[in-house]
Amino acid sequence: MLTADGVPLRRSLNRALRRQKLRAMLLIAPLLVFVLITFLAPIGDMLFRSVENQIVSNTLPRTVASLSDWDLASETPPDETVFRALAHDLVIATELKTHTRLGSRLNYEASGMSSLLRSTGRDVEDFGEDLSASLADLDPVWAEPVTWADLLGDPAWRAEHESWAATGQRSGAPAFQPSATALTALPRTTEIYGAFARITQEVNGRNLMRQDPWHLVAITLIEEIKADPAAAQAFAGEHAARLAAIAGADLAQADFTAAFADSNDRWITPTPWSVIALYAAPYTPGYFLNAVDLGKTPEGIAPRPADEQVYIMLFMRTLWLSLTITALCLLLGYPVAWLLANLPARQANLLMILVLLPFWTSLLVRTSAWKVLLQRQGVINDVLVWIGLIGDDARLVMINNQLGTVIAMTHILLPFMILPLYSVMKTIPPTYMRAAKSLGANDWSAFWRVYFPQSVPGIAAGCILVFILAIGYYITPELMGGARGVFISNRIAYHIGTSLNWGLAAALGTILLIVVLVLYWVYDRFVGVNNVKLG
Amino acid sequence: MKIKTLLGATALATLPLSAGVAFAQDLPACENCADSMVLMSWGGAYQASQVAAYAEPYTALTGVTITWDEGSNEAVAKMRAASEAGNMTFDLVDVEGPDAQRACDEGLAVEVDFDAVLAPGTDGSSPTDDFGASGSIINDCFVPQIVFSTTFGYRTDVAAWNGKTPDSLCAVFDLENFPGMRALEGRPKKNLEWALLCDGVAKDDLYDVLSSDGGVDRALAKLDTIRDSVVWWSAGAETPQLLADGEVVMGSTYNGRLFSAIEEQKQPIAMLWDWQVFDYDGWVVPAGLDEARMNRVMHFLHFATDTQRLADQAKYISYGPARGSSQPLVSTHATLGIEMAPHMPTNPANQKNYLVNNIEWWADNQDEVEAVFQNWLAR
Repeated sequence: MLTADGVPLRRSLNRALRRQKLRAMLLIAPLLVFVLITFLAPIGDMLFRSVENQIVSNTLPRTVASLSDWDLASETPPDETVFRALAHDLVIATELKTHTRLGSRLNYEASGMSSLLRSTGRDVEDFGEDLSASLADLDPVWAEPVTWADLLGDPAWRAEHESWAATGQRSGAPAFQPSATALTALPRTTEIYGAFARITQEVNGRNLMRQDPWHLVAITLIEEIKADPAAAQAFAGEHAARLAAIAGADLAQADFTAAFADSNDRWITPTPWSVIALYAAPYTPGYFLNAVDLGKTPEGIAPRPADEQVYIMLFMRTLWLSLTITALCLLLGYPVAWLLANLPARQANLLMILVLLPFWTSLLVRTSAWKVLLQRQGVINDVLVWIGLIGDDARLVMINNQLGTVIAMTHILLPFMILPLYSVMKTIPPTYMRAAKSLGANDWSAFWRVYFPQSVPGIAAGCILVFILAIGYYITPELMGGARGVFISNRIAYHIGTSLNWGLAAALGTILLIVVLVLYWVYDRFVGVNNVKLG
Repeated sequence: MKIKTLLGATALATLPLSAGVAFAQDLPACENCADSMVLMSWGGAYQASQVAAYAEPYTALTGVTITWDEGSNEAVAKMRAASEAGNMTFDLVDVEGPDAQRACDEGLAVEVDFDAVLAPGTDGSSPTDDFGASGSIINDCFVPQIVFSTTFGYRTDVAAWNGKTPDSLCAVFDLENFPGMRALEGRPKKNLEWALLCDGVAKDDLYDVLSSDGGVDRALAKLDTIRDSVVWWSAGAETPQLLADGEVVMGSTYNGRLFSAIEEQKQPIAMLWDWQVFDYDGWVVPAGLDEARMNRVMHFLHFATDTQRLADQAKYISYGPARGSSQPLVSTHATLGIEMAPHMPTNPANQKNYLVNNIEWWADNQDEVEAVFQNWLAR
């Protein structure tokens, strides 16, 4: 079948429908993009942060690699190779100032790692100072930064650098290029010098010919030459003679184990090493374990020390207080909603305004108002003292504890219970109650057997709304709860803003999200989401 | 009250302009500089003193627009977030010494060459010597502005004290003679030191004890003895409010906040200077600014931390200037007209017993001790 312009009808129809669908898509596109950017992306980022742990392997790549041979259950620290790798990593990390972040990260898992890395970070650049001094004693040219650039740098790069230096410019120095000879004859020295050159030029913006290389460069050179004196032959002219002199000289061996032990004797215990090894993987369950008071140990997953166990308690407190608040809201809200639904329109409207007025008032204002009412020198205590119910020295403590949180939150969340209840009760015809009574039911059984079951969808909606809002509350517990009336969200805020443990904050947030989803699922199984009426 | 504050602020704002204009020819021109800045500070009376003493005179001289962000309470978190996002939204951040140490350690703040960037003292001393005279140079990133102290205030009308007045720090731990609620900061720093001092530890041994096994627990055990009588605060403005309401009978906070409660608002509160803890507050320049913004910030720093500017700030708030050469210029309060010197934490009568915040110890041990303290607090 064809349309008037000869196109098959089916195709023409499809095209028209497609255009319609596209238009519909365009209409919802702003919302879709908005939800994606402001809701799903942050949640995705949070989920990712709660397992992301690349900081350890990025900051200590050599240590992590060389630690893989070390037995986690070992009673002794690893051997010199690992100490050397850590010295290498730490020298670079302290230059880039990443060792402090790493210390903070590892300290989340084992207390003491932060101060250990910070204090050793201050010492590590002096490790091997005596060795590099003895090299300069052997031949003063080694104290000249240029010697190192000539030895290890590509001649073409050196020439380029010279002509740049001649222009007198401060920036734009050509980046270090190793020579092919150095790369094959002295690979490790060249690697470390390369790292030094990159940091000096790119990060610190300094002239490579004026900066003394790290002691680590000198130590590595001595070791490489001692291990393979023939490497000297690969170099031309004066370099060969200088390197041969090192091979022949009596120079001490570097001892990194001793240097680390000297800086802090915790390094010669297995503890810091097992922490590094346990948390070396780029992705870790560590934050989630931490969020439920567990931790990784060489023997497997184990509970944290008793004085560090707080999160399970905080989760339970949050759930328990949220349930209490929900129950109180239901208890207080049900009669109000019933009155609203059954009073004549005039009075009902007035009552409705009284319910909505606090609903329209800022959360912070209401919380502060409760503070004024509940504090020791507050309105309620003053009245009680004035009428002589309590003595002036026995004022009630209703703030900075769980009671304060419960009272203020119940009041704040009450409209969220009353409004769904009211909208459901409004639809229950009053004739049902009258019919029940005319059939012989007394007031109570008419209510319990006829009215109440019909109001259950409203109860369900109100409870789920209040509970889910309560479980994530932050500002009211913060202001009213003192130290013992705070919720898990206050702890999350603390980790985001103060302790900067964003991984743990993300894990706690994820758990909170999962708890809400699970409760929602359970609720759906037993009450049925289709029975929920929000209006 | 509000109108008075507003009027006061306007009066303050116009005052330093005359001084600023006289100074104009000394301010070098700024080449390749951004024409706006975002400064992060603490809000409240402190930020108002910075606006009056630095920002408005600078804007009057240069026409630069200055926007304020009141986020210093979580400065390091915000700098880290901005740095991770690769979009540093602040040009200059006001932080306390320990936060400066942290930002510097983590590479979030850039190092400032004092002698190249800052103005020499009016007495001819180099910036390094001038700031060094007050001991305020903590690290290479931190440009100090003020010396402040954390100390205690108490109500002068507590009937239950039977006429006794606290004259020593340990009154805070003495519930028998001085019953009532106390306000303490919900952070370990200073609280642990005070607890140990009142547990019989000598000043010189404090950090040895804290570093030793069980040292922190000993301090917490001392705090446990008053724990049920403590309201924990997180913002410095809370203690004066709690004291004024009679919710607590004594509490720790920054001395400037107590000054304003006592002298400006005439509350029945007195200072307990015993074992005040000195600290520094100042600027750090965040890493990751482009050249024009960096030039502007350095230009502003040169102006805002010179001798006169730092001395001007002390007209509005009772914090001591961080430059040696500014001290003799500290005069009277801009609106109350009272001498500021006796209200400064550095006044000899006020500093018979004092501590200086041990930045290095806290930088090393902050993570550990903070975790222990917060867990203690949550239980």
